[in-house]
Amino acid sequence: MACRGKEGRAFSLKQRMVKGLPYAEYFASGHRACAGCGEALVVRHVVKAAGPNSIAVMSTGCMEVVSTPYPETAWEIPWIHVAFENNAAVASGIDAALKMQGKRKGINLLVFGGDGASFDIGFGALSGAIERGHRFTYIATDNEAYMNTGVQRSGATPFLASTTTSPAGSKIHGKQQPKKPLPLIVASHGIRYVATVTPANVFDLHKKVKKALATEHASFIHAFSVCPVGWRSKSDQTIEIAKLAVQTRVFPLYEIEDGVLKFSQRIEKKNAKPVKEYLQTQGRFKHLTEEEVQKVQAYVDARYDFLLGIEGKKCFDVLY
Amino acid sequence: MSRKVIESSDAVALAVKLCRAQVCPMYPITPSTHIPEKISEYVANGELEAEMIDVESEHSAASAVIGAAATGSRTFTATSSQGLALMFEILPITSGMRLPTVMAVANRALSAPINIWNDHSDSVSARDQGWIQLYAESSQESLDSIIQAYKISENKNVLLPAMVCFDGYSLTHVFEPVDVPSQKEVDAFLPGFKPLHRLDPKKPLTMGPIGFPNSFMFFKQQQQEAMLDSIDVIKKTNAEFKKAFGRSYGDGLLDLYQIDDAEYAVIGMGTLCGTARVAIDKLRQQGKKVGLIKVRCLRPFPEKELQNAIKDLQAAAVIDKHISLGQEGPLFTDIRSAVYCNDISINSYIAGLGGRDITVKHFEKVFADLEAGKQKGEWLF
Repeated sequence: MACRGKEGRAFSLKQRMVKGLPYAEYFASGHRACAGCGEALVVRHVVKAAGPNSIAVMSTGCMEVVSTPYPETAWEIPWIHVAFENNAAVASGIDAALKMQGKRKGINLLVFGGDGASFDIGFGALSGAIERGHRFTYIATDNEAYMNTGVQRSGATPFLASTTTSPAGSKIHGKQQPKKPLPLIVASHGIRYVATVTPANVFDLHKKVKKALATEHASFIHAFSVCPVGWRSKSDQTIEIAKLAVQTRVFPLYEIEDGVLKFSQRIEKKNAKPVKEYLQTQGRFKHLTEEEVQKVQAYVDARYDFLLGIEGKKCFDVLY
Repeated sequence: MSRKVIESSDAVALAVKLCRAQVCPMYPITPSTHIPEKISEYVANGELEAEMIDVESEHSAASAVIGAAATGSRTFTATSSQGLALMFEILPITSGMRLPTVMAVANRALSAPINIWNDHSDSVSARDQGWIQLYAESSQESLDSIIQAYKISENKNVLLPAMVCFDGYSLTHVFEPVDVPSQKEVDAFLPGFKPLHRLDPKKPLTMGPIGFPNSFMFFKQQQQEAMLDSIDVIKKTNAEFKKAFGRSYGDGLLDLYQIDDAEYAVIGMGTLCGTARVAIDKLRQQGKKVGLIKVRCLRPFPEKELQNAIKDLQAAAVIDKHISLGQEGPLFTDIRSAVYCNDISINSYIAGLGGRDITVKHFEKVFADLEAGKQKGEWLF
C-alpha cells in the first residue's frame, strides 16, 4: 500500500482516514467470497478497526476457504487456521505464548468463527477460553446456517427458516426450534463486553470493535452476516437486509457493558417495521403461511420485549 | 546430576521443567494425571517459568499447543487413551503445519469396555498422523526421551511433533531410581527454541491455508521426507545424548539385547521389554540363544536397522499390545513388511491388552514356540 509521490518518496495511505475510518485494508480485496457476502464485509471492517498490530485466528468455514487458497492470501495481518471447533483454544495458546514472551501488550487477538463454530461445535472451547480469563475478541460471524457445507441448519438458524436439513416439507415447515441466544449466554460468563453488529452499521461496528479490543479479558461480538446463497436473497440487497433486520427488531443492536444492556438503536414497537418485510427479502422464508409469519412476528416481539425488560439494569454478574 | 527415586510421571514432569517448556496446555486423564499436577506445582512455586493452560478438553489442549507453538513457544502436553482419541483431529494438523512440540502419552487401553490400564491401543492407533513416536521402557528412559524428543522435533530438518509413549501404571505410577541431569547440563544439550516462523504482526504470514488438489500432495511428500530424514537425527541425538549424559538407548531407534549370537528373538515396545530381558537372562542360563529387539521408535519406522538386526535369526515373535481388529498386531504388520525378503519365520502374539499382565512365563512359552518351529502366534492370556 505504499504510493510514490513526485520525488519518488514513499508515503503510506495506511495513515489516511476516510470519514473517521482508516483507509488501510488488512483483509485484501481479491478474495473469493460470493458477491454480496455479509460475512466478508464484517471481517474486513473488524480488521480495519483493529489495525496492523493484530493476530487473527479463524475457524474452518467459508471465510477461511475464500481468503487463503494456497499460495494466495487475503490477510495482511498474521493469521492462523487450525480446525473447525477450536479457534478459542488456539487463541488461548497464542495468548499464553505472547504473555510468556513478554509481547502481550499492544497486540489485538481477533478470533473469528461462523455460527457453526461458535454456537455449536466450538461452543465448549469458547466457553472454556472465556472462563480461563484469556484476552481475545471473539467475533461470531453469524449467517444462520452451515453455509460452507451447503446451508445446513445450525443452533443459530432462526425459527421456521428452511435449510437443507430443516427443509420446508409438507409435514414439517422449516426449523422448529428458536435461535440459541449466544450473546446472552456469553454475557452470563461474566465478561465485561458483549455487543451485536451488522455490516450496515459500519461506524457502530468500528466503535464496538475498539471497545471490545480495549477489554482486559475476553470480549464478544455477535455479527449479523447476510448470506445471499443460503438465505436466497439478492446479492445487491445485503446492506438493505441488514438494515431491515435492525428496523424490524429481528436483530437487535446492543451492547452489554459491565453487565448492563444498552440498545445502540432502540426500536419501539410502534416504530418497528413489520417482520414480514424482512422475511420477504429471503427465499428461506418463502414457504411461510400468513399464520406462520404472525408466529415469527410474535416470536421476534417476545425476544425484543425481553431485552427491553432488562435494558439498563445490571442483569449479568461481572467476574472479570 | 542427582539420583532420585521417583515415578515415571515425575520423571517426565522433571524433564519438561529441565527443557524449559513455556506453554503447557493440559487436561487430566488417568493415568497421565500426575504430570499436569506436577507441572502445575512447578509453575505455582516459580520453579518453572511457564503458562499452564487448564483447558476444558484434550481437543483444546492439542489446539492450544498449536496456537502457542505457532507463536514461537516451546510447548508440552500429556494425555492417555480417550484423551488422545479426542485429540486425534488435531494430530495430523500439528504435523501438517510442521510445528515442533512434545507430548507424553501415558499408554492406556481405548474403551469399551472402559479400562484405565495399560496397552498400546491409543498411541499405536495414532501412528499414521505424522508424529515421531518413541516408546520408553523405564522411568529413566521416559525422562531422557523427553529431552531427546525436543531436540529431534525442533531440528530444522525435521520440524515435526513428537510423542513420548510410556506405559500407564507399569511406569506412570512405579517408583524407580532415576538419574536427573542438572539444569546446566540440559541447557547445554538443548538450547532455547528458535522457530523459523511465528505469528508476529511485524512480519505477517498466513498459517494453515487451504491446500487444493494441486498442492496438497506436495505437502504430504515433504512431511514424508522430513519423517525419513528424522531417522538420522534420532540416531545422532541419541549419540549426542550419550556424550552429554552417559546414557543411550541402542541406536536411538532399536535397542538390542543379546542379539549378536541369538537364534530366536522377541520384538516389542515399552515395559514388556524389561520382562523379556529377565526371561532371556533365565533362558540364556539354560544355554538357549535368545534375545530381544526393542522397537524404541515406531515412527519413523527403522526398516533398515530392523533388517540388519534380524538377519542372523532363525525365527522371531512380535508381541503387540494392540490389535488392528480384523487384521493383526500393527507392529507385526510393520515388521513382517520390513523383513519380507529375509528368510525368517515371524509369529504374531497379542498380549497385555487392558492391563493384563505379561510375565516371564509368557516369554518362556513364546521362545519354546519358536524353538519348536511353530508357524503361528496366539493371544497370550
